[in-house]
Amino acid sequence: MTTVARTEESEEGTDGPYALSHLDALESEAVHIIREVAGEFERPVILFSGGKDSILMLHLALKAFAPAPVPFSLLHVDTGHNFPEVLEYRDRVVAAHGLRLHVASVQDYIDRGVLRERPDGTRNPLQTLPLTEKIQSERFDAVFGGGRRDEEKARAKERVFSLRDEFSQWDPRRQRPELWQLYNGRHAPGEHVRVFPLSNWTELDVWQYIARENIALPSIYFAHHREVFRRDGMWLTAGDWGGPKDGENVERRQIRYRTVGDMSCTGAVDSDAASLDQVITEIAASRLTERGATRADDKLSEAAMEDRKREGYF
Amino acid sequence: MTTTTPEAASSATTLLRFATAGSVDDGKSTLVGRLLHDSKSVLADQLEAVERASADRGQHTPDLALLTDGLRAEREQGITIDVAYRYFATPRRRFILADTPGHVQYTRNMVTGASTAELTVILVDARNGVVEQTRRHAAIAALLRVPHVVLAVNKMDLVDYRESDFAAIAEEFTAYATGLGIPEITAIPISALAGDNVVEASATMDWYGGPTVLEHLETVPVSHDLAHCHARLPVQYVIRPQTAEHPDYRGYAGQIAAGTFRVGETVTVLPSGRTTKVSGIDLLGEPVEAAWTPQSVTLLLEDDLDVSRGDLIVPAEDAPATTQDIEATVCHVADQPLTVGHRVLLKHGTRTVKAIVKDIPSRLTLDDLSLHPHPGLLAANDIGRVKIRTAEPLPVDSYADSRRTGSFILIDPADGTTLTAGMVGESFAAPEPVGAGADEEGWDF
Repeated sequence: MTTVARTEESEEGTDGPYALSHLDALESEAVHIIREVAGEFERPVILFSGGKDSILMLHLALKAFAPAPVPFSLLHVDTGHNFPEVLEYRDRVVAAHGLRLHVASVQDYIDRGVLRERPDGTRNPLQTLPLTEKIQSERFDAVFGGGRRDEEKARAKERVFSLRDEFSQWDPRRQRPELWQLYNGRHAPGEHVRVFPLSNWTELDVWQYIARENIALPSIYFAHHREVFRRDGMWLTAGDWGGPKDGENVERRQIRYRTVGDMSCTGAVDSDAASLDQVITEIAASRLTERGATRADDKLSEAAMEDRKREGYF
Repeated sequence: MTTTTPEAASSATTLLRFATAGSVDDGKSTLVGRLLHDSKSVLADQLEAVERASADRGQHTPDLALLTDGLRAEREQGITIDVAYRYFATPRRRFILADTPGHVQYTRNMVTGASTAELTVILVDARNGVVEQTRRHAAIAALLRVPHVVLAVNKMDLVDYRESDFAAIAEEFTAYATGLGIPEITAIPISALAGDNVVEASATMDWYGGPTVLEHLETVPVSHDLAHCHARLPVQYVIRPQTAEHPDYRGYAGQIAAGTFRVGETVTVLPSGRTTKVSGIDLLGEPVEAAWTPQSVTLLLEDDLDVSRGDLIVPAEDAPATTQDIEATVCHVADQPLTVGHRVLLKHGTRTVKAIVKDIPSRLTLDDLSLHPHPGLLAANDIGRVKIRTAEPLPVDSYADSRRTGSFILIDPADGTTLTAGMVGESFAAPEPVGAGADEEGWDF
């Protein structure tokens, strides 16, 4: 539950009684963005992976329209290598809130021979085609993503409303200046707008808010024992998706995940944080950014993310 | 860029949005890099990446500017071409920095960054003092009514940290900016390269008794006394569950753009002009007695009025006038020019209406604030006065009174491009002596 968190008067008395806490300010801004989409678009959809950012987005949408239901459906791009705990969570949430779930399946595209498995077994880059084709076939005109500007350098310049052409391509030169809180969602038929209500949140804000609102998360975000092996300096989950290979040894370790994506590119960190507060303490003390430590796909090259955004990835 | 220092993990801090203005030559990237670095907002892997990239280019020390340059095109050209947003925190505050490039052709980026900023840091080189570009940056801060301006006099190390050099620049800038109506100016002598007065107080400039840049950012007020602000709620969305549990619930959702609303107060809905009382306020599922800007709320009204998206709810005794003729100062942000007779869409608050550009009385040169009468068109990055006729009456405030309900954007109906950013009413808070060549039509440029 939210309370109006009036900040403590600081020593100099700089923050008056009307100053919002940073979490309240970010929440209010995100709700404004979500409601703006409901007011201006015909067929919005929320990209929902079961990861903490998309869980937070859904939570904000539920608050934005309470006591009415959320007027959007959900879309999950299933790489086929998802953690079972996350899929269970996804299905539970969908059922609990009476939402409609669309699934775009990478495995399906591989089975049909449309997409080919990469030599490194990473499936994240394969998500683009199933995602863009689903957006086209369902005629979604606004697609909510949980992307944050602090995640990666190419995202620091992303707009809250990000225009995509009919190929879902992102052209940095076609992005519109965003002034004040006046978002421009106009688009031609076939084009759509990606919307990022968490643009101004940091990883720590996300965790603090999840703790404040007491939002349930999939169990893999907390410390647990798991069979993992080391690759590219990360602990990856052993599984039939492609690991361990020769020379990689499986160990049983106590770990937790900081981000949740495809098993092939999501690394775990050693941890004994069993509660949200302990997770926040560990993160606050961490000297590695979220993606640098745990996401192989951002390391592909210095310009990797920029190139993939152009193709229609988030 | 994220900070995750243990000290910053407090969850009851406030949020400050600020912008920077200055060029590469003034050391802006170094200042930003220094703020991030010295406030421990640069994490090990980010620093490692910067060190790697610097070494690849044959540089011996990590180039902090690399922390803040994003797109490949920029890396190739070695310039910054757009607004980038950066994030950092201290135990006292969370910061959102709109980092804008300082080249003359990027006025629109600076206007964009300043539009949501509560504070702007304007950088000057201590060796050069107040130059044309400094005056441009001050003018943009004044036009956008940014409440707080910081003048960071950089490269003090190159003028032997002399107080007299700093004092002369601070005095000249303060006189100029005050003339533009900027309400609050703080001048700080710094060396971004050496770290003086950015985060840590300077050991060298003991003649300076004021705050460092970061201390000032941490203590400047982020909210103001709302007692005298006009309350405004642009309706975004009507919430009607029509469920067994809530058969008659009808709430008007929106983010309070200005002022305070209270349960029991008499309000008017514009443009219809119907009056009723606030029967309840939902703050995201929590009933409250009062709510204020910038909270997102749902307002419940006593009477069953026909209220929809695009309407504006205001106190009955404090309603803005509605008009179809808007006079405004604009910054043109699109590549194609804005011309007299241009048919556009105008988005104000949550309402988008058809409009036509009736006249462009003047273009403003930011360097010397001179006016060019009847330019006929405004090109990208031009600032000027326009008269607009809208297809429907709009309840607009003066931008001086309310940044959110006094601002609008013009949109190209054909392809959706955002053309122009507009601010209703007078350009500057203080009348300026008008430059040569001005036509006296009562604008106080």
